[in-house]
Amino acid sequence: MSNRIDVKKTYKLYINGVFPRTESGRTYEVKNAKGDFIANPCLASRKDLKDAVVAARAAQPGWNKATAYNKGQILYRIAEMLEGRSAQFVDEICAVTGVTKTAAVKEVNESVDRLVWYAGWSDKISSLTGALNPVAGPYYNFTIPESMGVIAAIAPESPSLLGLIDAISPIIVGGNTVVVLASNKAPLSAMSFAEVLATSDVPAGVINILTGKKEEIAPWMASHMDIDGFDISGLNKKMHTDIKVAGAENLKRIYSFKAAEPGRILAFLENKTVWHPIGI
Amino acid sequence: MKFFGLVDGSDSSLRKFLASLPAVDQVGADSRAAMLATRSIKASSKRWAIDTAIRMVDLTTLEGADTRGKVEALCTKAVRPDPTNPDVPSVGAVCVYNDMVGIARTHLDLIGGQHVGVAAVSTAFPSGRASMSVKIQDTQDAIDAGASEIDMVIDRGAFLSGNYIDVFNEIVAIREICGDKAHLKVIFETGELVTYDNVRKASFLAMAAGAHFIKTSTGKVAPAATAPVVLVMLEAVRDFYAMTQVRIGVKPAGGIRTTKDAIKQLVLVNETAGPDWLTPSLFRIGASALLNDLLMQRMKMDDGYYASPQYVTID
Repeated sequence: MSNRIDVKKTYKLYINGVFPRTESGRTYEVKNAKGDFIANPCLASRKDLKDAVVAARAAQPGWNKATAYNKGQILYRIAEMLEGRSAQFVDEICAVTGVTKTAAVKEVNESVDRLVWYAGWSDKISSLTGALNPVAGPYYNFTIPESMGVIAAIAPESPSLLGLIDAISPIIVGGNTVVVLASNKAPLSAMSFAEVLATSDVPAGVINILTGKKEEIAPWMASHMDIDGFDISGLNKKMHTDIKVAGAENLKRIYSFKAAEPGRILAFLENKTVWHPIGI
Repeated sequence: MKFFGLVDGSDSSLRKFLASLPAVDQVGADSRAAMLATRSIKASSKRWAIDTAIRMVDLTTLEGADTRGKVEALCTKAVRPDPTNPDVPSVGAVCVYNDMVGIARTHLDLIGGQHVGVAAVSTAFPSGRASMSVKIQDTQDAIDAGASEIDMVIDRGAFLSGNYIDVFNEIVAIREICGDKAHLKVIFETGELVTYDNVRKASFLAMAAGAHFIKTSTGKVAPAATAPVVLVMLEAVRDFYAMTQVRIGVKPAGGIRTTKDAIKQLVLVNETAGPDWLTPSLFRIGASALLNDLLMQRMKMDDGYYASPQYVTID
């Protein structure tokens, strides 16, 4: 029998490309389906959210300016990195949720495929949804979708990894930056996914991941003046009305989605119309 | 008494005085500054600290690309930092390059900002590399244009090579030009002075030479106003007060961008020099981006939700 003591991973937050502990110093216990202790991830506070929004806001102009090709490449790179570490994610999903290995493998594979699918959208959104408008005058008139800014998202409780990727990818593919609150019961794969992001050429601040309580963080996300949109797909239906009311105060776009669809990308884009005189 | 009786103006007396200063305990200064940075300031204390910090800001623009429009906009912001809320106090002063002083003063007077001072950076800011006659002319110009505060840089080259008397004489000469018309702030550029011992030496040298304020940095060199450096300077003004009964002000500048940073500075002041220094006449913060963060924190305290930089002016 070996006398070696396990070296356990400390699950921290992912803000501005680094892994800080929560400012509040709080943690909570994650248990597996049988009730055994697994880990102590951070219980993020509203100040962690504030820091994440500052990072996301600072990163947004640079990310928005990256070419569609470049953004697609980076999303694809995330998929590559995730594929390379799939065994770890399978283990984590099995340990926390108690699903069978087959089911966990399926979720990780789908996650990788989903990333590749969103990566492909990057250089197609504006061609497919933009338009050259006929106008009665000597002008070229274009309508082009543009990013909204900083978007917050609540990832669903399950599937914890695929749900997180479905929350993040459509937001960032259009040039927005994101602050996402991971699954509360199964946050381990989210924080391991942050390690994947840190090695995938994603610029610091483009994706920020928090772990904690939805009831605590979601109202602050809704009322934050510097968050432009909010994906509440992972939020309990009972909270939707309150969150929408809080968000209405600052004209935040708030949406909830059921599945992966191109509409998720378009939800956080704004159409900009340009009039350009012909012959100049 | 001339030079507070600490030195007689000769090289030897200055050397003797500076050599008599005790060395700074570097590890002690670092750890004390770090310890004070952990103080938690909340609720009504935070509200008081934010408003005090706003009144202490020297709202600064020191760019080659400064224009009349930018300086005037800065002055407007200095008088009424938050146009939607008249409760927000005016800042301490605006800090501009020499040729912008007249524009700033005229505009401030025009919009009812007589209580806001104009600080001019002088003596070949930021490097200080010019002949004495140029430095004197530079300072005279700023005062003639209406500057009520002169931020001069010391000759760091002379200081680091041990020609303390040259540095001393320069400060004395500029102080003479300032007379009663302008307050003199002496900038050390602590990032170039290397050690805390040098910071302490420079502080006492400048205070003996007649500075009204000692200032950390130009904002053009990193590191700028780090907490331990400000601590050493605050200890120097405290000790100088014990020696001479004269209170000298301190102005950290550069690198103070958030409300948290500013409140840490106020804690340092309170715990080192004492509450007497918690006033804009003895403590200023040289900053540009800081003011917006202070305003956003103030909004957050009023409204109960986080503010957005889109609702404060872009500098």
